Amino acid sequence: MSDRSVPLFWRKSKQMYNLIGSECITCGTRYFPGRRICPQCRKEGQMHEFKFSGKGQVVTYSVVRDAPEGYELEVPYIVAIVQLEEGPRLTTPITYCDLDEIFIGMPVEACFRKLREAGDHGIIIYGYKFRPIKGAKPN
Amino acid sequence: MNQEVAVIGIGMTKIGEHWETDLRDLMIEAGDLALMDANVDGEDIDAIFIGNMSAGLFIGQEHLGALAADYDALTPKPSTRIEAADASGGAAIRMGYLAIKSGEFDIVLVNGVEKMSDLPVEEVISAIGTSSDQSWERNFGATFASLWAMIARLHMHEYGTTREQMAQVIVKNHKNAVQNPLAQFRFPVTIEGVLRTGMLADPLTNLDGAAWADGAAAVVLCRADYAKKFTDTPVLISGSGQASDTIAIHDRRDITTMDAVIKASKIAYDQAKITPEDVDVAELHDSFSIAEIMAIEDLDFVPKGQGGPSVEDGLTKIGGKIPCNTSGGLKARGHPLGATGVAQVFEVVQQLRGEANGRQVDGATIGLTQSLGGTGGTAVVHIFKRR
Ligand SMILES: [Zn+2]
Repeated sequence: MSDRSVPLFWRKSKQMYNLIGSECITCGTRYFPGRRICPQCRKEGQMHEFKFSGKGQVVTYSVVRDAPEGYELEVPYIVAIVQLEEGPRLTTPITYCDLDEIFIGMPVEACFRKLREAGDHGIIIYGYKFRPIKGAKPN
Repeated sequence: MNQEVAVIGIGMTKIGEHWETDLRDLMIEAGDLALMDANVDGEDIDAIFIGNMSAGLFIGQEHLGALAADYDALTPKPSTRIEAADASGGAAIRMGYLAIKSGEFDIVLVNGVEKMSDLPVEEVISAIGTSSDQSWERNFGATFASLWAMIARLHMHEYGTTREQMAQVIVKNHKNAVQNPLAQFRFPVTIEGVLRTGMLADPLTNLDGAAWADGAAAVVLCRADYAKKFTDTPVLISGSGQASDTIAIHDRRDITTMDAVIKASKIAYDQAKITPEDVDVAELHDSFSIAEIMAIEDLDFVPKGQGGPSVEDGLTKIGGKIPCNTSGGLKARGHPLGATGVAQVFEVVQQLRGEANGRQVDGATIGLTQSLGGTGGTAVVHIFKRR
């Protein structure tokens, strides 16, 4: 469904490749993905770009067994919500991690990988995945 | 103007796989049944609101407003489709309600419909998933089921909710559906059956989630002071609330609480001047087992974290203190996305009229419906009262 337009991914590529979001100077809250409007401050808010360290921990997770389009070759795989150490949470696949190894609270870090192939034209979508910080195997 | 609004007619198709019937025929069948039940003629209808999530993806048809007016033979009456993912039906009810409350219209037809079985199953799953954040959830590998699974995992972690308690929701709803002639799955299941079937997205199994279905439901809404002209059994909409939350669950204040449900229900309770204890019967959005457990918490039927044990203790079964999903719910009555919110009202009105044969809640006078869009980005709550 979201695979119909290549520009859709180009537009997000800076955020997706570099974990760049935003920070509100007024209240100090960080957002990923970046937002134009700070929900805390609304029109008093002032946003600027903020680069995240890519370190965080697992808040919750599941194992996907019924793949969405483009992920067929990956199943079963772990998907998790990770809280970044600077505050915001995001949804991400977890890689380099056995299905029974994952736990709530696991320290993880971002790595940049092929996410999947999109549509019939073999376009490869790159982005972040996260991996356990301890016991992470080399590439 | 501040008109009170009553439900004066209801209609619903059987929910399930309608291989022989297309969207427009399902929609018209439910609409006709509701008009007949209300004893109104087409020319009495001032406007139509259609609840539908995704006919564009499912059958390639948008512009359902005009389609409905046309095939209902109600042109040139104004007719508009309302979309709020699988809360579309609930949101369409609310738009019809507001249109009468404002004084603009006297009688409105609200029709929820979805035709899902024309697509291959992978594309159905994909279409259902479009209610989540496509860029920041789905693009990173999260299926719709896995989002609910992550909510369930955290609820288990934070409150000690068990797999058995979640399975108990499914067992109850299947048992209720046996008594509902329009339900999709009219057979009982066991806790072991739910737990032993294959994993959908850990910790949820294939039986934790609602399946896909075709179907339509309709209601006729009317100015309350005109209602007695048409029916002896009008049911008053005594409260109506709607609220929004972040589309992605990772951005929620609390991943295991539906803030939109809390907000929408507070508006509806205040407007109806009731407390949660006054509710006699409720239709809840059990798209997954965990969703019903969270619904009874966030509607304040039970304290936060007590949803699982309360289900186990029988609070929500027929005969319990607040019977929930007497129709079978999304799980067993069936979940034709945009039709569901209207189907919930169909059940509650049957209960308040005393017409729910075999699954009737004795003496029910106050009913509640709770409808969710996706994983909770939209919530719509209505309260109904027998006149
Ligand atoms: Zn701010």
